Amino acid sequence: MRFQGKVWKFGDDIDTDLIIPARFLNVSDVEELAKNCFADIRKGFMDMVAPGDVLVAGKNFGAGSSREHAPLAIKAAGMSVIIAESFARIFYRNAFNVGLPLVESVEASRSLSEGAMVSIHLSTGEIEDMDTGRRFFAKPLPDFMRHIIEAGGLVEYVKRGKTLPNNTQPR
Amino acid sequence: MPMTITEKILALHAHCEHVSPGDSIEVDVDMALANDITAPLAIKVFEKIGAPVVFDREKIALIPDHFVPNKDINSAQQAKVMREFAARHGIVHYYEMGQAGIEHVVLPEKGLVIPGDLVIGADSHTCTYGALGAFASGVGSTDLGVIMATGKTWLKVPPTIKIEYEGKLLPLVRGKDLILFTLGTLGVDGATYRALEFSGPVIRGLPMAQRFTMTNMAVEAGAKNGIIEPDEITLAFVAQRSHRSPLVCTSDPGADYEKVIKIEVDELEPHIAFPHSPANVRPLSRVGDIKLDQVFIGSCTNGWLEDLRDAAAVLKGKTVSKGVRLIVLPASQRIFREAIKEGIIQTLLDAGAVIGPPSCGPCLGGHLGVLAEGERALSTTNRNFIGRMGHPRSEVYLASPIVAASSAIQGCIAGPEDM
Repeated sequence: MRFQGKVWKFGDDIDTDLIIPARFLNVSDVEELAKNCFADIRKGFMDMVAPGDVLVAGKNFGAGSSREHAPLAIKAAGMSVIIAESFARIFYRNAFNVGLPLVESVEASRSLSEGAMVSIHLSTGEIEDMDTGRRFFAKPLPDFMRHIIEAGGLVEYVKRGKTLPNNTQPR
Repeated sequence: MPMTITEKILALHAHCEHVSPGDSIEVDVDMALANDITAPLAIKVFEKIGAPVVFDREKIALIPDHFVPNKDINSAQQAKVMREFAARHGIVHYYEMGQAGIEHVVLPEKGLVIPGDLVIGADSHTCTYGALGAFASGVGSTDLGVIMATGKTWLKVPPTIKIEYEGKLLPLVRGKDLILFTLGTLGVDGATYRALEFSGPVIRGLPMAQRFTMTNMAVEAGAKNGIIEPDEITLAFVAQRSHRSPLVCTSDPGADYEKVIKIEVDELEPHIAFPHSPANVRPLSRVGDIKLDQVFIGSCTNGWLEDLRDAAAVLKGKTVSKGVRLIVLPASQRIFREAIKEGIIQTLLDAGAVIGPPSCGPCLGGHLGVLAEGERALSTTNRNFIGRMGHPRSEVYLASPIVAASSAIQGCIAGPEDM
């Protein structure tokens, strides 16, 4: 799977209260959530971006609350992928579950600048800064996580009868 | 092979002899939890999957606590979605406000989590139940929706960081100070994807309320779960509340830890987290002059009866400083009732506190105490991110109920010794 879009750059420790403040959590409609994505730090984010654009952030992106409203809001605002140095645990799970792929790359996260065009190959982990031609390689995703994204999220994946990983030996 | 307590509980629920960090496992869930913010999304997922019934109507807890009493029409609609789902599926542990309170206090209080359990909740502070010697971890709504249908989820076994607390605590130092100091040591991502095991003689001496405060905030270092081995104190707490037999797991000698951190507590002062990170901590003696507009005592972190007792002991015969609003929300109806019986509520009212219903409201800037632009609050809660309690240009400081109460009297951040 290949994604391509313009970079929107954010810093370290972007927590879920910054992604979608709790005062907007009294609804669960994704379009409504998207309108308030980054309301306190980039008001009107949804209107600035084009569908398919890419969010690039520093370390510990998505820290804090378990609100799935956070990845849902980012996805509904139009972002196709998030590249970051690292992600908080619950956010990581939630994003894949709702069909929003995440890519971890310290180099790419530091090198890509706001407004650059970037392309991402999810299966190989290759990231290309199309303005400079620089390439970065993230660790490729495990197959089942790529399949979750291909299915459009965990619900569709489970409905297709796919099973989740269990690499231990049963007793 | 030796295992940590976290690995043992995970192995049992995956039906394997042994698990190691990095293993992906499918586990049985003993209790699945959601609240009025996360349940509506989880219910949508459950319905999309098309399961006719929930996996077990006694193993799901649905607790309206974040925006209750409902703050507006939208939040009332959300609560209604959950209420109707609970009725339709005969969810046994659905509790209206009058019988409950904040989820992470209500579940232990009603004996719904005991040692050895595996609990998954659609709330990041689900890690609180680790204080009972259970594995407990937060997820999002999709994971929870799938669990409501199947009773199972998949997890990656986390490496464990052990923190050993040694020495003797000063009289006014609490579990809140220990965890704030620890967060300062680890940083906000110092335990990402890890289990945090709190241990050592200091932990053995803490009452349950303070242990819950510590495991509650494990997620503020990014941890998957926080955990404390069960002992007599845990078992006494559980025996009064549950008829099920606890499964006591402890870490084996020689178990593999990614890291062991020793913390000497003898000279540890009360600690305060400065804006805008729970890991941005300073000892009380180095706080400086921080004037306050609001003090909040409550939440899943510090709304326990012991916390209210601490606050009342400081506030007895004193009054809240002019210009400061002191808001106290007991974390559950049961705690509220006990606090009335003990005279705590009277003491707090006499000092000038406003007492409200059990709710998460103020902690996440929902309602019952939202901050205006430029305002500053000291709070006993768990997060002080930008805009967490209201306006994006307001400030939140985190501390124990003792420091909160004495600061309310002084009008600035201060401990009882300064008075």
